[in-house]
Amino acid sequence: MTKLLEIHDLQTQFHTRDGIAKAVDGLSLSLDRGEILGLVGESGSGKSVTGFSILGLVDPPGRVAGGRILFDGEDLVAGGEKAMKKLRGKRIAMIFQDPMMTLNPVLRIDTQMVETVQAHADVSRKAALARARDALVRVGISSPDERLQAYPHQFSGGMRQRVAIAIALLHEPDLIIADEPTTALDVTIQAQILSEMQALCAQSGTALIWITHDLAVVSGLADRLAVMYAGRIIEEGTTAGIISKPMHPYTKGLIESVPQGKEHGTLLRQIKGMTPSLLKLPEGCKFAPRCPRADAACKPEPPLEERETGRRVRCVHPHTEPLAEEAAPT
Amino acid sequence: MIVYLIRRFGQSVLSIAAMAVLVFLGVYAIGNPIDVLINPEATQAEIAATTARLGLDRPLYEQFGIFVWNALHGDLGNSFVYGRPAVDIILDRLPATMELAFVALILSVGLGVPLGVWAGLRPDSIAGRTIMGGSILGFSLPNFWQGMLLILIFAVLLGWLPAGGRGETTEFLGMRVSFLTLDGLSHLILPAINLALFKMSLIIRLARANTREVCLQDYVKFARAKGLSGRRVVLVHILKNIMIPVVTIIGLELGSMVAFAIVTETVFAWPGMGKLLIDSINLLDRPVIVAYLMLTVLIIVTINFVVDVIYSLLDPRIGLSEMKG
Repeated sequence: MTKLLEIHDLQTQFHTRDGIAKAVDGLSLSLDRGEILGLVGESGSGKSVTGFSILGLVDPPGRVAGGRILFDGEDLVAGGEKAMKKLRGKRIAMIFQDPMMTLNPVLRIDTQMVETVQAHADVSRKAALARARDALVRVGISSPDERLQAYPHQFSGGMRQRVAIAIALLHEPDLIIADEPTTALDVTIQAQILSEMQALCAQSGTALIWITHDLAVVSGLADRLAVMYAGRIIEEGTTAGIISKPMHPYTKGLIESVPQGKEHGTLLRQIKGMTPSLLKLPEGCKFAPRCPRADAACKPEPPLEERETGRRVRCVHPHTEPLAEEAAPT
Repeated sequence: MIVYLIRRFGQSVLSIAAMAVLVFLGVYAIGNPIDVLINPEATQAEIAATTARLGLDRPLYEQFGIFVWNALHGDLGNSFVYGRPAVDIILDRLPATMELAFVALILSVGLGVPLGVWAGLRPDSIAGRTIMGGSILGFSLPNFWQGMLLILIFAVLLGWLPAGGRGETTEFLGMRVSFLTLDGLSHLILPAINLALFKMSLIIRLARANTREVCLQDYVKFARAKGLSGRRVVLVHILKNIMIPVVTIIGLELGSMVAFAIVTETVFAWPGMGKLLIDSINLLDRPVIVAYLMLTVLIIVTINFVVDVIYSLLDPRIGLSEMKG
């Protein structure tokens, strides 16, 4: 059976006045049915752009300049807008970061849900409403009939994100791309939404790409992790493997900068320096200027190589020792 | 909603009352109408008699009291010049101005919003830039000059349309209107375009700016991610959001179009209220000036009231937050 999603050498570029910013440069990924992948990186690492590229929603001046995105064997880049429109919301759905902003403030919830149903299914308004109602129940919204009549501003942030999730689930998609959907929420709501998403995806066999900068959030959720830096994947592997034994110095730095309970009163560890501008990327390994292990061997950019089974790393000096016990996040 | 409406209505009444005081005092201050109205060779006794007949010999507060009392009974006084009730004189002219303003409004919204949205969706296209360039001309060229140019091109050079007047009118809902006959319509087109150009340019710029802003919102991207057609995204998700500021502007501008169509009416010899006001000011015909100003205030306040109601229908957050307060 083909993989659900295969991305080969994706190039997404933004043409700006100062030159071409390669937001995603040569990214390759694959995803099985029902799998949960955590796409981790700092702001500007290209993780959100990757999500938008899959859905064909990169706004000008950005565009997908090269590569192939195979969804269930069908090339989305070659298929263009027409093929994409059939999939959007139907087989691939997306959830955004800020639940305050994703629902149209002047349209009622029922309008926004019914239009989604009717965009892909030729059903009456009544049938569409019934499906919307069921979806709200599934994400744990009480008195759904009343809620359907309400406007977005009458919901709390967590409720709004639930509505957005319900909209994403309306057509039981094969893949949901979640772009930091819990970042704007309270920690308690965050945990609820996380576990609910996990349960819903397991129930319906939906695959999930969870885009986040927060390793702590994704480590409890994802089957696999892909760590992005400057538009590339620099490390990819199983969640447990990466968390316990990060091989790329950047991944190690990310994990070590998560605060631990045992380190009261000490300074948080951080990765020195800042993410480079996409317009002025260094030659060779993009992380080398910030990397404690960098030397002359880092000058030609290292390829993403399989170092262990199921573990790909883009580094010539990978760490091979597991993290000390107390440093691993729980 | 009811509470909101009642409170909003109270505000309207207050503004009208405040305006009544200002208008009366303002008009009272601009000279003695007797000097203009009466034969310069009249005797002192005749002047005194006329002054008494017009009620101008009483103190200011008494005149104001009488004015308010009569105004509440729908009587804004008789014109010094025509000797008929000022309100009747204005109402005779009102339909012509209203008709002109409404046709201009329909033109400016009907063309302005689509053009503005188009320019907002494709800000860098040739069409988008042309629309924006045209709108700059629209509101930077003086209104009277636009009118004269329209007459020059369409009435004089091409001879397609008449240069002035109202043309053939018919009865419609008890008013004389032009737009139902072909002749009337041909007289209506040029002044309506003249009056609409400025507002249209304003609406184009407003619609464009708002479209560009709304397009960047996550809910537009989310709507596209849901698989909606581009048409539905623009016509429902974007349009409903940009209509909120547009309706506000329309409300404000409709009032000013009705009230101050003076320039257009003068250029095109359109027999509306604007022309009447200019004549009355020249003759110091106080009741007509006062009645005109009061009627204008009433129209603007009413339009604003209606706009606020529409506004709360368009944006669910407004009416409801008012209700709680």
